[in-house]
Amino acid sequence: MMAGTDAGTARLISKNGITALLEALIGEWEVLAPVQLREELAFEPITHASQAVLDFSNTTRPSKNAIFPPCEVLFRYDGQEVHEPAFGRERVVFAMRPCDARSFLLLDNVFSGPPSQDPYYAWRREHTYLVGLACNHPSSTCFCSAVGGGPFDMRGLDVFLTDLGEAYLAEPVNARGAAFLERWAGADSGWYQEADPSAFQRKQELARQAERKLQIGAVLANPLVPSQTQERLESQYEHQLWEALGQKCLGCGACTYLCPTCHCFDILDEADDGSGRRLRLWDCCQFPLFTLHTSGHNPRPSGKERIRQRIMHKFRYFVANYGEIACVGCGRCVRSCPVNIDLRYVLSDLLSDQGQAEMTMNTGQCG
Amino acid sequence: MENTRLTGSPAGIAAVRSEKDVRNPYRPSPAVIRAITVENEARDIKTFQLAFGDEAARQAFQFRCGQFAELSLWGVGECPIGIASSPLEKDYVEFTVKRMGLVTSALHDCEVGDVIGVRGPYGNGFPMSALEGGRVVIVAGGFAFTTLRSLTRYILHPQNRDRFGELVVVYGARNPGELIYKQDLQEWSRRDDISLHVTVDGGDAGWTGLVGFVPDILKRVAPSSENAIAVVCGPPVMIRFCLPVLSDLGFTPERIYNSLEMRMKCGIGKCGRCNIGDKYVCRDGPVFSLAELQRLPKEY
Repeated sequence: MMAGTDAGTARLISKNGITALLEALIGEWEVLAPVQLREELAFEPITHASQAVLDFSNTTRPSKNAIFPPCEVLFRYDGQEVHEPAFGRERVVFAMRPCDARSFLLLDNVFSGPPSQDPYYAWRREHTYLVGLACNHPSSTCFCSAVGGGPFDMRGLDVFLTDLGEAYLAEPVNARGAAFLERWAGADSGWYQEADPSAFQRKQELARQAERKLQIGAVLANPLVPSQTQERLESQYEHQLWEALGQKCLGCGACTYLCPTCHCFDILDEADDGSGRRLRLWDCCQFPLFTLHTSGHNPRPSGKERIRQRIMHKFRYFVANYGEIACVGCGRCVRSCPVNIDLRYVLSDLLSDQGQAEMTMNTGQCG
Repeated sequence: MENTRLTGSPAGIAAVRSEKDVRNPYRPSPAVIRAITVENEARDIKTFQLAFGDEAARQAFQFRCGQFAELSLWGVGECPIGIASSPLEKDYVEFTVKRMGLVTSALHDCEVGDVIGVRGPYGNGFPMSALEGGRVVIVAGGFAFTTLRSLTRYILHPQNRDRFGELVVVYGARNPGELIYKQDLQEWSRRDDISLHVTVDGGDAGWTGLVGFVPDILKRVAPSSENAIAVVCGPPVMIRFCLPVLSDLGFTPERIYNSLEMRMKCGIGKCGRCNIGDKYVCRDGPVFSLAELQRLPKEY
């Protein structure tokens, strides 16, 4: 890896320099960075650089809310007068992991794809710079490299930071990122230092370590090939695993709310005497109401159908529609499941050639 | 983004997406209720005739038979409803709505002159190019007649009639009072270019027409399957019993079409709830051939 990609010049930014850079950014743009909210680490707008937590394995919540907020106003209305929300300043998501960056590329298929582009998503996507932070220490629940990503995967990001200990290596990933670095970490900024070859060597070493860590004891030893995964799952629709999973799953929806690629939403009105607003809120395929018809009929009446939908959507239907697996291997669903349903074991059972009778402790058995 | 009035502001609506020059797909166009027809004795099915508030919205709403729209009431919400009028009726759009939930009940409480929101049209619609040149067999039960009424009117239009072969319509309701589109049925019964069979599950003193379930009447009518396509809409139980009849008549799964109902929100394949396998009913449907449905999971 050579210093200076096509997009511009990489540089070293000291830890103090990052603080100064953030302070400068906050003055002009909206900055979303990992913030400690009680026990959770989540991406929220910050007003001081000191609020940003930059030393973590992964954030509890994904950065999805930066582009697709849990609740947003589509319109406000007063009588017959309708107002669309005004969008604000340029924004930056700071220190997001490569897995979250990949989730945006996957979500683009849905929100920017036919038959119509989603204007709310599109605005945020266009006006939000993405500054990634290399994943030096993947968790034991991480499996990004099994689903086409990696702890040092730069795709989807504008700028890529690697924590080298005493400083960050900041690499522009594209022209946007180069422009960002020129503006916010330019030669006159006071925290600019050109990256020497040793910085890249150090980065490569960290990348090797991170990838090695992912390999140790990996449940999904081989990367999933989207088309093969889709094909295999086509024959697993009636697998007995679904019934067992449906029995075990509480239907709490934690997996979907923490998933960086889940995109289902509800639209509803909140009104009072003719004025009000139409909202869009995250919704969840694990809830019975999600598919309940007004007639009372429900095409996915039990946990069995609902958990099957979640997994089939990500690993089969999404591949059929967009050619990619809708999972970035962040492991948040694995960590957050109150009954320890582990997607990695579910997949390895479904995809194994050992036949339908094989079920591991982690997926199939109840109790 | 600018603020615009919902009623009568073509320039405003066009300007909403000035930034990207794309209309906001979630924003309904205002439409005024021009007429309301109570369709059944139970008075829980009404047809709303709507006219768009401005020319741009009217022009943008170019639909095909079998498509649907999201009807919208500020403060209440939206619901997907099939389009019941023909695309050739340019001045208005009709929706037949049964009082069922929140939005449909609020809609039933609306009066002529009220303004509601419409966004769409959505979905694939009926396979018009496949239907042209052949026999069309329409099988409808109860309230599900709506988009098939659109199709029937479209085929019967003088401009179109020659492009289609024989038209057979079998339509049934629980009792005479529940038959909808009575005016259409009367007009059609006087024509010789449509073979119309209206039936009720149980007649009353004044009923002189057919009595029997739709599948049985379909069997008796026995429309030819030669160069024919059947389009079936109705309650699941009716569809279930019609399929073997059609199969016996020689209709292959590729030549039987169905329009599906599903809980929907966005109408544009994003909100994620109306899928059957990898197909979104709002985007890839609501019309599917039986052959397509047989390849999909049975989650509908």
